[in-house]
Amino acid sequence: MAEDNQNGKNGNRLGLLERVKAGVKEDVQSLKTDLPAKAKDQVEHLKDPTKTQVYTSIFRHKHDDTPRNRALGVLSNVFLHLHPAKINRDAVRYSYTWGMGGITFYLFIVLTFTGVLLMFYYHPTKVQAFRDVLYLEHDVPFGKLLRNMHRWAAHLMVIAVWLHMFRVFLTGSYKKPREFNWNIGVLLLVFTLLLSFTGYLLPDDQLGFWAVTVGTNMARATPLLGHEGPFGHMLGMTPYNDVRFGLLGGSIVDANALLRSYIWHCIGIPIVASVLMIVHFWRVRKDGGISGPAPVMLESEVKEPK
Amino acid sequence: MDWRQLWEIASAPDNVPIVGMIPLLAFYIYLAWKQAKANDELIGELEASPAMAKTHHRKSWPFRPGWSKEVHVWPFLLRIEFLAAMIVTIILMVWSITLSAPLEEPANPNLTMNPAKAPWYFLGLQEMLVYFDPWIAGVVMPTLIIIGLMVIPYIDTNPLGSGYYTWKQRKFAIGTFLFGFIVLWISMIIIGTFIRGPGWQWFWPGQTWDHNRLIYEVNRDLPDLFGIASNWAKAVFGAIVVGGYYLVGGFVAHGLFRRYNPKDYKRMSLLQYSIMMFFLLTMVGLPAKMLLRLAWHIKYVWITPWFNV
Repeated sequence: MAEDNQNGKNGNRLGLLERVKAGVKEDVQSLKTDLPAKAKDQVEHLKDPTKTQVYTSIFRHKHDDTPRNRALGVLSNVFLHLHPAKINRDAVRYSYTWGMGGITFYLFIVLTFTGVLLMFYYHPTKVQAFRDVLYLEHDVPFGKLLRNMHRWAAHLMVIAVWLHMFRVFLTGSYKKPREFNWNIGVLLLVFTLLLSFTGYLLPDDQLGFWAVTVGTNMARATPLLGHEGPFGHMLGMTPYNDVRFGLLGGSIVDANALLRSYIWHCIGIPIVASVLMIVHFWRVRKDGGISGPAPVMLESEVKEPK
Repeated sequence: MDWRQLWEIASAPDNVPIVGMIPLLAFYIYLAWKQAKANDELIGELEASPAMAKTHHRKSWPFRPGWSKEVHVWPFLLRIEFLAAMIVTIILMVWSITLSAPLEEPANPNLTMNPAKAPWYFLGLQEMLVYFDPWIAGVVMPTLIIIGLMVIPYIDTNPLGSGYYTWKQRKFAIGTFLFGFIVLWISMIIIGTFIRGPGWQWFWPGQTWDHNRLIYEVNRDLPDLFGIASNWAKAVFGAIVVGGYYLVGGFVAHGLFRRYNPKDYKRMSLLQYSIMMFFLLTMVGLPAKMLLRLAWHIKYVWITPWFNV
């Protein structure tokens, strides 16, 4: 036992050294052989990056040109999945759609982007607002371009919304089953105008100030709820508690009006409008996609209810 | 002809959108009209021969044999969307580089702008202020426009013309919409933009704005023309006139609608019909009141202690 132990001990001692030596040798050997082999493998692997785990974890399907992959490209993408995989071949005709709904949405995105950037430089206070605009115009790199783009995109959006409504009306696209979505659209049109109008005051210049003064002066005359409106005084309306006071946060267009305008413009209305947009797009799909160009229907084919 | 004045108005940065919108609108009306005409011709052909209607294609874009009925969204729709986004971006970029957003003096409550104009898209409403009190022009009318637009799908019972451009099958609906949108809304914006000058007075395009011009125009109230003096009589008289407008106008409109749109008339319920008539007459009431003002200098028709119409 003792001998065994000693032998074992000696053997162990010697063995350890031997084994470490052998091990290191093996490691070195493996580095010499495996590393180039692995490197070669890696290079081969990198030649086809679509097979890497990173890639396949991001893109859930292959991209070779098959009908299935074309469909999956739309359906498995969160930004594109509002589209169907396939649509009627006529439905992409520009002369039918005018593309104004999509352009409106794109302009909303442009306005959100430029608007967020403008918010970095703007304080909604009487002291700073106008100076911030001057600062943007003259000192901030591309500040003038940013403000111009925001302004013109807003005007363009109003035009695009009107043309969109015009097209939808002319093609009778509000008819069954799209009645509800037309209503959402009307609300979105109103919110587009309100977004533009609330933004008008923000530079705090003469143009915005008087436009908003003229605009909100009409609220004085609101029936029942305005202090100069029909029956307003009977309900106890004064300049200090009527609907105009609520809009402006005061009886004149001043600091509170600027702040309220800012909050409605940057937070309140965009959130409401975004929610309505989600419903609008969702309903376009649920109501059967884009309305046409549909086959024409003849008078004689109308089924008259009894 | 004051070209400088005209140029100053047309090139004011905030007027550029409406200047640009006019040709844009003309183009799209032309585009819609062209397609409506093609569809109407097709409808005419098919209605003329029922045998042909059974087999013939139903679109003015004929479908060729061998074409697939549907196309993939990727790339056939997405490439259009991408292209549209690029074009809009380029237009915006060029516009923003070449034309600066307006910035006036700092806001000053003591220095009134003359004329103080609303943004161009609200100038139709501001123009209405000439003819109506603010509670109508600024509050009631916009509300009625919104509600009026919203009820359209529920009062238009015509099942034809859903999903294609047509004029023949929807003359009344399209005619009414064009009247409201183009004749009233857009043209009043154009008047507000190009014609209204200091004091919201009428200056023809190219006429120099005269800040000192005064117009000695005496507007009268309708009851005064009839020598009605007492407040109660005025209120009753106005109610009769306004009510009479809706009754007589409604009767005339009823006669016309029943004659020219018998099928729509038959399809509509009482509620649908009366809502349509109310909005139609209210819309026509706007130019009617404008006519009263322009032709006979009538300010108010209905005078009460609480409100005037």
